[in-house]
Amino acid sequence: MSRRNRTRAIRTAQYGVLVLVVLIVAFAADWGELRRAFFDVEVAKKQFPDVVTTALVNTVVYTVLGFGFGLALGLLLALMRLSRVLPYRWLAVAYIEFFRGVPALLVFIALGFGVPLAFEVSINQYVTVMLALGLVGAAYMAETIRAGIRAVPRGQTEAARSLGMSPARAMVSIVIPQAFRIVLPPLANELILLTKDSSLVYLLGLSMDQYELAKFGRDALNQNRSLTPILIAGLFYLAITLPLGHLVRRLEARTARAR
Amino acid sequence: MTGAGGMVQDGAAAIEVKALHKSFGALEVLRGIDITVRRGEVVCVIGPSGSGKSTLLRCVNLLEEPTSGTVRVAGVEVTDPDVDIDRVRRRIGMVFQAFNLFPHLSALGNLTIAQRRVLGRSRPEAEEVARRNLRRVGLAEKEDSYPARLSGGQQQRVAIARALSMGPELMLFDEPTSALDPELVGDVLAVMRGLADEGMTMLVVTHEMSFAREVADRVIFMDGGAVVEEGPPEQVVTDPRHARTRAFLARVLDPAAADVLEHESPPSPQQPSTPTNRQREPKDGPREPF
Repeated sequence: MSRRNRTRAIRTAQYGVLVLVVLIVAFAADWGELRRAFFDVEVAKKQFPDVVTTALVNTVVYTVLGFGFGLALGLLLALMRLSRVLPYRWLAVAYIEFFRGVPALLVFIALGFGVPLAFEVSINQYVTVMLALGLVGAAYMAETIRAGIRAVPRGQTEAARSLGMSPARAMVSIVIPQAFRIVLPPLANELILLTKDSSLVYLLGLSMDQYELAKFGRDALNQNRSLTPILIAGLFYLAITLPLGHLVRRLEARTARAR
Repeated sequence: MTGAGGMVQDGAAAIEVKALHKSFGALEVLRGIDITVRRGEVVCVIGPSGSGKSTLLRCVNLLEEPTSGTVRVAGVEVTDPDVDIDRVRRRIGMVFQAFNLFPHLSALGNLTIAQRRVLGRSRPEAEEVARRNLRRVGLAEKEDSYPARLSGGQQQRVAIARALSMGPELMLFDEPTSALDPELVGDVLAVMRGLADEGMTMLVVTHEMSFAREVADRVIFMDGGAVVEEGPPEQVVTDPRHARTRAFLARVLDPAAADVLEHESPPSPQQPSTPTNRQREPKDGPREPF
């Protein structure tokens, strides 16, 4: 077989497999049933406006709270990890390894039961959510920020120090701002992951008006015996994560240009 | 005699390096350096790469910590562990080969941040000083530009203006033109020449022999972590006494001629190095005039 013919044959076979799979799925699936389950217009209408005013808003609020706390704690852990004080380094490493190695699900369950046990007075639900999401996110962000700090050229610190800045001042005014620019794309990625992780906060035990998208969807699923709310919740997640993903790619392109 | 001489020096010496040794692990980069730079003096340090010139310069403001020996800058012994080095560094301007401008700040921001955060100047005050120094290096119109938008030569001039904005008593230049395209070197050297004319004390590590010849009051030739020869430029650059200096200058000034010279007059037999050194010492010892 000539080279051209062989290429053509392989291409044909690849498309053939694709068509075959699509046909099998199309004929095997019960489309009527699927449409009734996922595209029930009456059920869909009932979800509005709560799915936006409560669920979407809560998802965004939880994510932002968790991200803010996680970022601050992550920065602290990154600085501890780079500290000259050995115990600080140990603590940071232990923290990072623990929270990266344990499923977020377990952390949420532990917090959901542990926090009420530890503090007799019930603390604000938002605080618990912020803690839970932030504690896990911080472990990942710490490693990202540490890499960013280390990526700032040594000459920057030397220039800052030779102008009379103390090590702390050089870190705050010169190194950290540059480190954050470097790690902006991976941090935005972290925000996407955190948006999805916010679906775990139901484990903390929430009241109706505190439901976020995933819990809201499941609740509506039980009430309506329809999967339509799940689809709606999924679409709203995409409405958050797709623009963020686009932002990540643009930031990455900008970083690539700056080099 | 040494004691009395020392006292006089303290009054006039901007930089005083004594018996300076620096090792990186097993590698001994500086093997006992003694140099003095007087107030208002421009001293150029030349020598092959790896000779320890930059390390010497970086020891002066303690970016490198000397292994042994003392460094006094403007009367303060910076090698003393009890000295607040940040306070001394404010008085020492440093210009790097790689410019090291802060990329997240505009030219103006580069010039004001240390004034505000270190010297505690107000923003308007710091900006006024910054603008004056940008004008001084001929870049008044670039105050809002970020470093990435500036050419290498412009970046280095902003870096010089940044150092000047702290009002330094002396300036260190670490190969300030080595990272520049040839056509941009002139602007930077012109700024440095202007500083020298204004009486700034300058210690300059450079490969620009014409600059050393025209601007320096004194030239120091280093090789292998030691000072081989030092004296006025017309002596060291134009009429070097030491064979190693001659070989280096021949390589730098005319790479093609270097081979010829090395073949025609092999340096080693003509190099009874110790006697020559002894002979020369009284003549070019920088301390003698005092």
